[in-house]
Amino acid sequence: MKSLIPIDKLQIKNSIRLDSGEYIDSCEVAFKTYGTLNKKKTNAILVCHALSGDQFCSDINPLTKKQGWWNILIGPGKVIDTNIFFVICSNVLGGCMGSTGPSSINPQTKTNYGLKFPVITISDMVKVQEKLVSALGIKKLFAVIGGSMGGMQTLEWATKFSNKVNVAIPIATSYRHSAQNIAFHEIGRQAIMADPVWKKGNYYMTRKGPIGGLSVARMIAHITYLSEHALQRKFGRNLQNSDFFSFNFDTDFQIESYLKHQGSSFVERFDANSYLYITKAMDYFDLSVKKGGLSKVFKNSNVNFCFFSFTSDWLFPTSETKTIIKSLNSSNAMVSFVEVKTDKGHDAFLLEEPEFHATLKGFIQGQIGKHEI
Amino acid sequence: MRKNLRKDLFVISKLINDKEKILDVGCGSGNLLDFLLKTKKAICRGIEISQSGVNDCVKKGLSVIQGDANYDLDDYPDDAFSTVILSQTIQAMIFPDIVIKNLIRIGRRAIISFPNFGYWKVRKDLFLKGKMPKNDILPYEWFDTPNIHLCSCKDFQIFCKNNNIIIEKFMCLSEKGIEIKTNHFSNLLAYQVIFCVSKKKKN
Repeated sequence: MKSLIPIDKLQIKNSIRLDSGEYIDSCEVAFKTYGTLNKKKTNAILVCHALSGDQFCSDINPLTKKQGWWNILIGPGKVIDTNIFFVICSNVLGGCMGSTGPSSINPQTKTNYGLKFPVITISDMVKVQEKLVSALGIKKLFAVIGGSMGGMQTLEWATKFSNKVNVAIPIATSYRHSAQNIAFHEIGRQAIMADPVWKKGNYYMTRKGPIGGLSVARMIAHITYLSEHALQRKFGRNLQNSDFFSFNFDTDFQIESYLKHQGSSFVERFDANSYLYITKAMDYFDLSVKKGGLSKVFKNSNVNFCFFSFTSDWLFPTSETKTIIKSLNSSNAMVSFVEVKTDKGHDAFLLEEPEFHATLKGFIQGQIGKHEI
Repeated sequence: MRKNLRKDLFVISKLINDKEKILDVGCGSGNLLDFLLKTKKAICRGIEISQSGVNDCVKKGLSVIQGDANYDLDDYPDDAFSTVILSQTIQAMIFPDIVIKNLIRIGRRAIISFPNFGYWKVRKDLFLKGKMPKNDILPYEWFDTPNIHLCSCKDFQIFCKNNNIIIEKFMCLSEKGIEIKTNHFSNLLAYQVIFCVSKKKKN
């Protein structure tokens, strides 16, 4: 099993039963680790990525050559200190960074899955992560942490595999996707499916795929990640290239240019079908329908929770987190919670937020004292 | 460890039995909870309004929620704790009556401490100087004080009587934070008071 550690992919030989009832065979999980696993294998932290993330959470992403998406938080001497912890981050099932997803080759047909790929859930993603963690020889994770969809996975871990987790840190997330969240995702999906290149997901023979639709999907989603105040502060009504209106439909405003950039850079690294599958998985997520309600899900939980929400996050507002906390309180769970004041919206969890980082650092230090590592 | 603990909190800690389940409402930096965890093996939870307070608490490994006792106590189920503590905070609550009722609903008993506004020096400030009273535990000016619902020892006793709240224990502290015997003059001689209260059991 040790030989697995330097390898970036794990092949799961047994077929996995998905929530839909379908099975997935010879599933691959692409992952990246940082730091060193200690002898007792007690210092592992699983980092769960959000919708558009990948396994390269720290250091330099070898594909984009840019900083990993949580490099601000994870690394030697940082809040999640890789001198102390062994950090594991895997690309989710259904993703497009090496884990099996709709763009992968279906072993039975030898062609890309496309829409033949089974519909997946957050729970399915976590099932696959659990196989990876077991394959690394880890019986109990020190912590699972993630923001947004990563927070959903964290909550799923804390309920489905609560005996394998000491600490759960769900950030800017919810126990379910709200009607508004589903609505925004559906617009994104419709934009992709309305692109003539999409061809019912069967576009892998074309060079570029439905980049127009995917780009619009990303632009819509990106607005939901920011706050109105932050948009106004950063862009206002500033014009992009001139002091005058163009009186045509080229880019006038800086905000237009910014969104177009977000869209066009996203399509270079993301598969449109993956976007459909992963957004659907988020929409399906609802812990409150399991095992007779939210409070039952957390009953007798020994997991130490620390929740974070952000004041200007309207995608996953504080009220959602408070609903979970209410349930955790009624189940006598060990739970801490901080609402961080910021105008940066949902994306604040990825950005420089000193108060958030200070509390998180303190919480992790406090937990090191409680659980031997 | 005791050095970090305010004297009135140390007196409160002596009222806690081993392995009790405690909720400290307005737990600040978590010094009392930390002390109870280490000396009484108590199961500890806290609510604190300030982020810096919560930061200090989680650093100590305590489970603390950032919240406002005026509104967030409603979320706790009945009898979830053996003791709920509210120290030096009731006078700053917007709805002290609702908070007190919540405390005895959530906990089998509540320990509530507050500065006694009936203390003779407090009366003296008003009576002789004609000014709003100020002291170590009431350090604010009239215009910047968070203490919007100050009461005397007697006011609290009358409140309990009118609301069917049982006073299980009642302690008076001197300005040095030491328990004093005051006989029938507690409202005049107590600088701070500590009440242990509970709800009347339904027959």
